[in-house]
Amino acid sequence: MTESTEQKEIRVRDKEEVKKEEGELTRSGVYYSPTVDILESGDAITLFADIPGVDKGDLDIDVEDKKLTLTGLVKNRDKRFKAVYSEYGVGGYCRTFRLGDTIDQSKISASLKDGVLTLVLPKADRLKPRKIEINA
Amino acid sequence: MMMRRGYNFGSLWDEMARMNKEMNRFFGHTESVSRTGVFPPVNVYDDGESFVVTAEIPGIDPEALEIEATQDSLTIKGERNPKVGEEGESFHRKEREYGTFSRSLNLRQPVDPDKIRAEYNQGVLEVRLPKAAEAIPRKVPVSA
Repeated sequence: MTESTEQKEIRVRDKEEVKKEEGELTRSGVYYSPTVDILESGDAITLFADIPGVDKGDLDIDVEDKKLTLTGLVKNRDKRFKAVYSEYGVGGYCRTFRLGDTIDQSKISASLKDGVLTLVLPKADRLKPRKIEINA
Repeated sequence: MMMRRGYNFGSLWDEMARMNKEMNRFFGHTESVSRTGVFPPVNVYDDGESFVVTAEIPGIDPEALEIEATQDSLTIKGERNPKVGEEGESFHRKEREYGTFSRSLNLRQPVDPDKIRAEYNQGVLEVRLPKAAEAIPRKVPVSA
């Protein structure tokens, strides 16, 4: 893969609102589907989700029967603030993923920094590539 | 953008919104994900004493953000870098956008550039621009 030396300008994408029928949302309000990057390595699958504006305490990661659901709430702005101009919507985030058999659900870990959620989904031991020692 | 004197502040944002709508109409609302627009999308609020400009820019180093302000403009520059895949890693999905960004906003109502403050929390950049003293409406007491 060749490396490009020119600086790539970032593109804007509109936030995608979650359709009401899809999610199981206990709170009313607008929810957006967070954009994610999903990486696979030998040991684990790592998921990065953009959820700006979500406090750790307002983030819910629910794993149930091979379904992983992320729900994040975003606090509403102070009512004193009058919205003068608006290019993006403010709302919570919600997205569901289906986990394959490869994941060891008991070892899933999560961290949240600067609006990015990092979820590490370790692969079940039996599925990690193993080097087989050859005895002479 | 046409500069007109004596334009009240509300109209500036209306004009930007109008231009934005026209641009969207011109380029057509397509199914594709990216639209014409400058990153980051911003929201502007008014709390009486200041304008507050917010932008969602998750996962950047705030030290690398460049924010410049004059009495009538605000510029936000920076870069979002991808997490580089290591040896043996492959992407299942790559939805997040990366790259450089540079955005300027013209402010028609004057602000005090020395008092501008910026905060970056949970991936949201918030720039507070206190209005210049003469721009704040004053209550005039009426003596009986």
